[in-house]
Order: sequence, then C-alpha cells, then structure tokens
Amino acid sequence: MIDLKDISRVYQVGSEQVYALNKANLHIDPGEFVSIIGPSGSGKSTLMNIIGCLDTADSGTYLLDGTPIEDYSENELARIRNRKIGFVFQSFNLISKLTAEENVELPLIYQKVPRAERKERVEKALARVDLQKRAKHLPTELSGGQQQRVAIARAIVTRPSLILADEPTGNLDSKTTVEIMDIFHELHDASNTIVLITHDDDVARQASRIVRIKDGQLTEVGA
Amino acid sequence: MIQAFKMAMKSISGNKFRAFLTMLGIIIGVMALVILVSLVSGATGTVTDTISSLGSNLLTVTISDDKGAPVTLDTLDEWMADPQIGLAAPSATTTATGKYSSTTKTVTVYGATPAYAPINGQSVLLGRFLTQADVENHTGVCVITEKTAEDMVGYTDCLGEEISLDGRKFTIVGIMKNDDESLTGILTKDNMTAYIPYTTLMRLSSTVSSTITSFSVSAPADGNVTTTEAAMKRLLLERFEDDEDAFSLLSQNMLEDAMSSVTGILTVLLGGIAAISLIVGGIGIMNIMLVTVTERTREIGIRKAIGAGRGVILQQFLLESVVLCMIGCAIGVFLSWVVLRLISVMVASMGISFGLEWGVVAIAVAFCFAIGVIFGLYPANKAAKLPPIEALHYGG
Repeated sequence: MIDLKDISRVYQVGSEQVYALNKANLHIDPGEFVSIIGPSGSGKSTLMNIIGCLDTADSGTYLLDGTPIEDYSENELARIRNRKIGFVFQSFNLISKLTAEENVELPLIYQKVPRAERKERVEKALARVDLQKRAKHLPTELSGGQQQRVAIARAIVTRPSLILADEPTGNLDSKTTVEIMDIFHELHDASNTIVLITHDDDVARQASRIVRIKDGQLTEVGA
Repeated sequence: MIQAFKMAMKSISGNKFRAFLTMLGIIIGVMALVILVSLVSGATGTVTDTISSLGSNLLTVTISDDKGAPVTLDTLDEWMADPQIGLAAPSATTTATGKYSSTTKTVTVYGATPAYAPINGQSVLLGRFLTQADVENHTGVCVITEKTAEDMVGYTDCLGEEISLDGRKFTIVGIMKNDDESLTGILTKDNMTAYIPYTTLMRLSSTVSSTITSFSVSAPADGNVTTTEAAMKRLLLERFEDDEDAFSLLSQNMLEDAMSSVTGILTVLLGGIAAISLIVGGIGIMNIMLVTVTERTREIGIRKAIGAGRGVILQQFLLESVVLCMIGCAIGVFLSWVVLRLISVMVASMGISFGLEWGVVAIAVAFCFAIGVIFGLYPANKAAKLPPIEALHYGG
C-alpha cells in the first residue's frame, strides 16, 4: 500500500542543510489505521507532504498502491492526489464560497465524473458523515465539527486508496473530537486505509498502530 | 468548462462592488469607443446623404490656361452634342446694384444660357427661363428668384416689370422657384439673384468675356457622371494639348471622397484614443486579478491538494478575468446605446440620427475579449504556478 524506503528530504536553511527526513522507512498495509505522532519540527509535515504527494523526496523510493512516486510533474502529482488520496486538514480547508455539497463535489469535477454520477456520490458521501441536511449550507454556516465532516466527505467521495488526516481534531473541542474519531473508526471498519498525523497522544492511541517521528526518523511504538 | 464558468460567476458576484469598480475602466473604454465612432459615422452618413442629395451628377470645370484655344459658347454647344455629355452652361457672376422704383439692393447677377436652369435643377415658377434667342441677341431681359421679386418688387407676379441693374433696364420675363434643395440654392437663399443672358452679362461686367473660364456640365439623363467625367476630360485634354494642368475638373464624388477620407482619419483617431482607455481598463483588471490571486492563495492550495492541475487553475482565473471584461463590455455597449438614443432625441430637430454601429460593437467585444485574456494571463499563470504546499499553509 504505502512503502517508503530510505526517504530523505533536505531543506536549505541559509548555508546549512537541514534534514527534515533522514532515510525514513515506513510500510503500511491496505486497511491499516496508522497514526504518526511527533512534536512540531520533527519532520511530521514533511512526511505528510511526501505521503500526500504534495512534495517529492530528494532521495529514496516511495511506492503508493504499487505506483512509484518520483519526480513527477506537478500536474501528474495533482492527478495522483485527486484519485488516490483523500485529505483531511486541521483547519478543514473548505472553500468558503462553495456550499457543503459543492465542496464535496469538487474533486469529482476534477476527475471529470459525469454530473448525474457526481450528484449521487456526493449525496452518499454526505450521508456517510450524516450531513445530508446541511448540503446547501456554506462552511461559515456550519460548526467546526460539521465543517470537518464535510471535509471527510470530500476526502472519501473519490474512494481513495488512502485517507490522509493532518491533525484532524486539532481545532476541535473534546466532544467533537470524539465524533470525528468515531467517523474515522467507522471508515477503518469499512476497510479504508487511514494515516493520521497528530501530536496528541490520546488521538494517536486510537489507531491500531502508532509510529513516532523524531529528528527525521521513524520508529514503531509498541510494536 | 461550464463548471469553471459558474465558479467564475460566483467569484465575481461574491464581491459585486469591487467587480463593478474593476469593470468601470472597461465600461468607460467601451462607451468611449462605441459612442465616439458611432457619432462620427452617424454624422458622416448624414453629411454624405446631404451632399449626394444635392445632385451629384454635376461637374465643374475651371480653365486656367486656354493655350490659345479659348472655350466659347459655341464650344459648349459642340460638346453638348457629344452623347456622353448632357448639358453644359457657363458660370459667370457679377454683383450689381439693383433698383426698382425706390428700392435699391445688391443683386448677384448670373450670366446664363438656357441650359443653366436644368443643370442646376431649378425650375420656373412664372413666365419662362432665358432662351437661345435671348443669348444670341444680347436681350435686356432677366429672370429673378421668387425671393428677389418679393423683396424688390414687392410681389411675386411681376412679369413685365422693369428693374435696373447697374443702371441698365431689364424686363422681368420669369420668376424662379425658391430653391431649397440644391447646394447653390441653400447657399444663396437670402441673396437677391437675377439671371440674364450670358452675352448680356459680357456687356455689363468687364470681367466676363466671350472666353469662358468656368462652366458646369451634367450627365445625360440616361448616363452616369463617371462616364461623363471621363468624356469631358478627354475633350479637354484634346483641346489643351494633353496638359492636365490647364484645367481642373471637379465632381461632387470627389467631395464625397475627400469627406470620407477625413472622417476615416477621424474615426481611427478617436477609436485609437478610446482603445487606450480600454487598455487602461485592462490594467485595472490585471491589478484586481493579482489581488484576487493573493487573496485566494489558500483556496488555490486547497484546489491543488484535492487534484486541480495547473491547467484547471489557469483556466479558472483566466475565465474570471475574461468574464469580468465581457460583463463590462456588455454594460458598456448597453450604456452606449442609451447615450446614443439620448443624443438622437436631443438633436432630432437637426435630422441627424445616431445608432449603434454594429461594426464597432464587434470590435469592442473582440477587443475586450483580448484584453481579458492578455491581462488575465499573467495573474492566472501566477496562480497556476503557486506550489501547493506553500499555498495550503498560506495565512494559516
């Protein structure tokens, strides 16, 4: 499913080279629910960017679903993100001018899915997060938890190989956090592959497997 | 594409006031272009119509060097026999002091031949025009206009009365209708005018002799002025040793040509100035599009993260700029139409009407489209090239 081998990513800070990732290795099987935990500055974001195909590694190999992700052009990476990855961000990242259903529909538009099928899949995805009744609302008219549920609907509507969540509960109170985590559990039970990046131990512990990132290196926790 | 169009509309309508201010440059530019060009062409149309209604089958010949072969009345008679030439009449005028009982006025006196009236499209109201016999016998008869009769004699039906021109007695044998259709008629509306035989005028005026230096020629009833012009030119060249500088031949077509070249230049000039204001409007569009790209950096990041390629983003912003321009253009065209209607109503009494020139509307639309693309390309490209990670973390 996900296979990272000796992945390095180097940033040039002034005259110094900083290794955000230093020969990191990670293997995730289909259907796994993995959380990656680490303090800020540990290379967490860089790892998430590389797994999410928002960035490519300087060295090492990354196989996503058997496909090597290399020095693809920006457009090819966009295509891979569109088809294989569903993103859930800390700050929801919904487009404020679009209604809930339009936000969910967007990745399907980029996939050039026909209109009728789009409508059907959007409806299903919103039903999955129990938000059919809020379909016509703008993000500003929704609570944080509801916005995050719209974001999850947007992530799953493309039936991605991987759901990549970056601090999905970071902006939510504890009650809503439970709601959102419940959805992730349900998705996991429906045999979706989930990678959850967080700095919160309580959240991380809910995954079936925890990986700790520190100084650009990955280590299994409790494995 | 339809989706992208909807998104563009949404984004524009999301900030109506700003969109309107941005479009204002385009609106004003389009209005300037459409109104100015429509006004010029409307005015040109009216003037040209007026000129051609003044009888464009008239040629005027002026001889500057007769090369020892002076043109006389007999020469004109010979030329009139040519099937391609209609009528020919000398043009000679002088001014004289006209007197009738106690009334004294300055009168413009035309030395005429029978052909004069039909060439100039004038007709007799009462009595008769001058005849060939009058010309041959240098008779002391005159034909005056209705206006002259009223002002000098006091009434129109004054046939047989005598007026004196520079002390010579002339019997009035005809009254001409007031002429408000031909150019000469309009220009001389308020003048006192008398027509006397050309030969009689030779005796009255020291500057008029049997040598004719200026005359008018008309096309035959079934001919056209172009062939007459060619025939006249041939005859004149034959007579004056092929010297084109010995005479000048003026037709009203030439007047129209000169007129249209002047208005052509005017149209291009005004159109050019308006085009500059459109370009300035385009810079306004580019400016606001750049602001929009910065404002929406995060949105661009989100779209890229969920799978929008460069092309999609480029298309979205380019479309937005084009739509902005085209809406501005439509508003501009509509307002131009309103303004032109208002002007038409205001000048209705002058008999000039101004309508939208569809040609210039088409140019304005094409120009706006080009401006939308050209000035939208840079901001759109800037948006498309934003790296997704940076865009995603922008401002948050």
